[in-house]
Amino acid sequence: MERDLERSRSLTRRALVLGGVKLGLFGTLAGRMYYLQITERDRYAMLAEENRINIRLLAPSRGEIVDRFGVPLAVNDRNFRVLLVAEEAGDVEETLRRLSRFAPLDDADVERVLRDTARRRAFVPVNVRDHLSWEQVARIEVNAPELPGLSIDVGEVRRYPFGEATAHIVGYVGAVSEEELTGDPVLTLPGFRVGKSGLERQLEDRLRGVAGNSQVEVNAFGRVIRELGRDEGEPGAEVQLTIDMGLQSFVQERLTTEYSAAAVVLDVHNGEVFALASHPSFDPNLFTTGISSQNWSRLINDEYGPLNNKATSGQYAPGSTFKMIVALAAMEHGVAGPGHQVYCPGFMDLGNHRFHCWRRGGHGWLDMVDAIAQSCDTYFYDLSRRVGIDNIAEMANRFGIGETVGIDLPHEANGLMPTRGWKQAQLGTPWQQGETLIASIGQGYVLATPLQLAVMTARMVNGGLAIQPHLTMRLGGPDQPLIDPERPSLGISDRSLAVAVDGMMEVTRIGGRGTARGAQIQDEDMRMGGKTGTSQVRRITMAERMTGIIRNEDRPWRQRDHALFVGYAPIQAPRYACAVVVEHGGGGSRVAAPIARDILHEAQLRSPARRLFTETAGAPTVPEADG
Amino acid sequence: MALYGELSREPPRMTLGEKLLHINWTLVILICLVASIGFAMLYSAANGAYSPWASRQMIRFAAGLVIMIGVALVDVRIWLRLAYPIYGGVMLLLVAVEVMGSIGMGAQRWINLGFMQLQPSELMKVAMVLALARYFHGPTMEEVGRPTRLIVPLVIVIAPVGLVLRQPDLGTALILIMIGGSMFFLAGVRLWKFAVVISLGLAAIPLAWQFLHDYQRDRVLTFINPERDAQGAGYHIIQSQIALGSGGLFGKGFLQGTQSHLNFLPERQTDFIFTMLAEEFGFAGGIGLVGLYVLIIAYGTFIGLLSRNHFGRLLALGLAVNLFLYVFINIAMVMGLIPVVGVPLPLISYGGTAMLAVLFGFGMMMSVFIHRDIRIPRRLRDAEF
Repeated sequence: MERDLERSRSLTRRALVLGGVKLGLFGTLAGRMYYLQITERDRYAMLAEENRINIRLLAPSRGEIVDRFGVPLAVNDRNFRVLLVAEEAGDVEETLRRLSRFAPLDDADVERVLRDTARRRAFVPVNVRDHLSWEQVARIEVNAPELPGLSIDVGEVRRYPFGEATAHIVGYVGAVSEEELTGDPVLTLPGFRVGKSGLERQLEDRLRGVAGNSQVEVNAFGRVIRELGRDEGEPGAEVQLTIDMGLQSFVQERLTTEYSAAAVVLDVHNGEVFALASHPSFDPNLFTTGISSQNWSRLINDEYGPLNNKATSGQYAPGSTFKMIVALAAMEHGVAGPGHQVYCPGFMDLGNHRFHCWRRGGHGWLDMVDAIAQSCDTYFYDLSRRVGIDNIAEMANRFGIGETVGIDLPHEANGLMPTRGWKQAQLGTPWQQGETLIASIGQGYVLATPLQLAVMTARMVNGGLAIQPHLTMRLGGPDQPLIDPERPSLGISDRSLAVAVDGMMEVTRIGGRGTARGAQIQDEDMRMGGKTGTSQVRRITMAERMTGIIRNEDRPWRQRDHALFVGYAPIQAPRYACAVVVEHGGGGSRVAAPIARDILHEAQLRSPARRLFTETAGAPTVPEADG
Repeated sequence: MALYGELSREPPRMTLGEKLLHINWTLVILICLVASIGFAMLYSAANGAYSPWASRQMIRFAAGLVIMIGVALVDVRIWLRLAYPIYGGVMLLLVAVEVMGSIGMGAQRWINLGFMQLQPSELMKVAMVLALARYFHGPTMEEVGRPTRLIVPLVIVIAPVGLVLRQPDLGTALILIMIGGSMFFLAGVRLWKFAVVISLGLAAIPLAWQFLHDYQRDRVLTFINPERDAQGAGYHIIQSQIALGSGGLFGKGFLQGTQSHLNFLPERQTDFIFTMLAEEFGFAGGIGLVGLYVLIIAYGTFIGLLSRNHFGRLLALGLAVNLFLYVFINIAMVMGLIPVVGVPLPLISYGGTAMLAVLFGFGMMMSVFIHRDIRIPRRLRDAEF
């Protein structure tokens, strides 16, 4: 107990000493504060007055986007807006009332301006209204004496002259969201816009530019006295696309006969994308100034998905357009040559299961070219059984199916090319041979995007080179070099490729037996080759097969078959590859082939590939289409 | 609760309601007052808006207040029991920061919890007071006099200091040393021992200079002469003094601080928030706030002196020292009295961990007050186990 007492006395003594030290130190703080704020007040007040160089950010001008011939696809318009400085206006409400005679203001605008002016200091300009017409600007300027405190200011607003036709490629810009704030101070400027979709998003870093600044002298209340210096910053890079806007408009327009469709046109030699369209589309100009909730809900509730770029993000069973891959796999692995004969009775039995050919009566005896031309299912069942799914998948991957092909657009879909390993890993069950048969006609698990199908076709007809599809031709102005990705060989023999190409030529030969013989281009110099595809989206039941398959037209839209066509032209010296997918459109030969025919015909008439190269010196030498 | 029964026969246990009555509500009101001044300053720092700082700070404070009351209601003997485990847990967090901490401002100090960035070094300030109070609860004066009895508490101080220095955070390390030193002093360690350690420390300064990071040397040099780098490291100190000095006697008025609002003042929502307050409310406002802190710290000291158990006394006094160090270092820093070391102003600066740690400390201070009449045997073994 005594020890405790001693200890507690010592503690009390020392706690009081410590308390005294603390008080003393707090006294020092008070003294210092007195010195700074009372004794030296005037000196610091003067320093504060002089502390007046303020740096303001200047938004860089966003890079413009043009097509391969310089036609503008995304431009910056001047946005005239009217600003109000409350202290100069005096009676704000009265000024706004007068302004409404020259430029209509709704109640929400007035309310917002009153709120903003009340909240900020009286000399800070407040935005009253954006997007004034030139006439409104003129009337406001003329009546300036009546409108104290109002001034006209010029900003920039993005405009897409072609609207719907470029929406899926160029994309659009919108206000900066919370997640997009990366620390670049320019993002916090009022009204600043960043790319939200398409190339506007993909190339945001290059399009944005570097903010400039203006050093202004402000007084201690922040009022600008004068500008001391200015750094204009760096405008965003101009982007030239590989797109031919004339062809792009044609393709977009051509698809409007269908509910929902996508098409891609490529240069088979270098992967330049001439047109890439997805229908239905939307007007990107709606987004640049903030889309109304009514328009927005209309777009997202549309059954045909106008916001979705089906050309790169839509995934479809490729159907019979896949058959060349199976043929190539069989030839390259030496299990069947071009002369390989199969008899088609209209079906093939495997185990106790019967796999039907699309033609109920069968095709009789066929060789490989005949089988591609007439799209005989039985023939490819036979080939696939011999070569196996993993070899088919490996061949499909080489042609771009089942993996992203790396186009310069966001949200490109993978597609899907199943293998034994894939099924075991994903579904946990072993691969069945029947599934190989189904995959050989591009059904079952197999999925591809229209872009992948166009790439596949291009790689088949260009001599087996792995071209890389791309939309950006030059970054940063006309003096910059062409973007020209490598195109390594796929390592497939010319003999095998020739069989696939022969098959595709036979598909469209007038007077032949091909599935698209009725859809050939009439002009003899511009003939096309290709392959039709019709992919089921539902299973045909045994009962339905007995009573007769229900015709497409009699089914609800969602249950109808997808119509596909992949083609190239001209057949003498292929230059343009095209893929068309019509969602739930019905038969490939009846619906998709005529669209592809019109597109390939227009492409050859416009001939964007040739026109560019005659204009540009030093362009890569490539085989020309006409002699 | 078994723990309770083991330690105590007297006085009769209080009900929860009685404990609530015994909470020092004057202290709670003082705390709320200071926090409210903080909300107003954060509102001003955002140019008159609740987001992004004021609204979040309010939510954190409300949550912290509940934690504080909860901590206050727990028996002080339980805190005695938990002292080493809490210290050990915070040590583990410090080690975790060392191992996987996110990189922030060139130093590893945070653990990202998703809703907040946890800074274990802030928690360590409270945990160290707790552990040292626990240790010095045992020995008599005579025993404290034996150097061997000081080995364990020295380790308690040096281990976290070493980790914090590695982060590297010189300011916090020095604060931890000062907290440890104050606890040693309160526990009755002889003054000549302090004299020896301090002179050894001074002798080691030239050596330590070699180990400082460039930015730390910069801070010390810039402190000695702020004009040395007026646009760089000295900028903070100069701008802070201009803002503060131009405030005058009564300041420029709420939301009217020109230096703060024209963005001349850096970090105005965290370390330099006192400058903004002094600019907008002047000498009167600054002295007023310091006065509130003095009241709170004095309260803590009296709670310490009132307690009838040694652990409680050391705990409350140590927590008062901790709070004092926060306030003094922060204000001295923004007024250019000491180098910029990055210490927040408790209850006012924007930040979650310091708020949490400080309110937790207040909770334990109140627990000491509520349970002030409980006697705890010097050796726990002497009690009926």
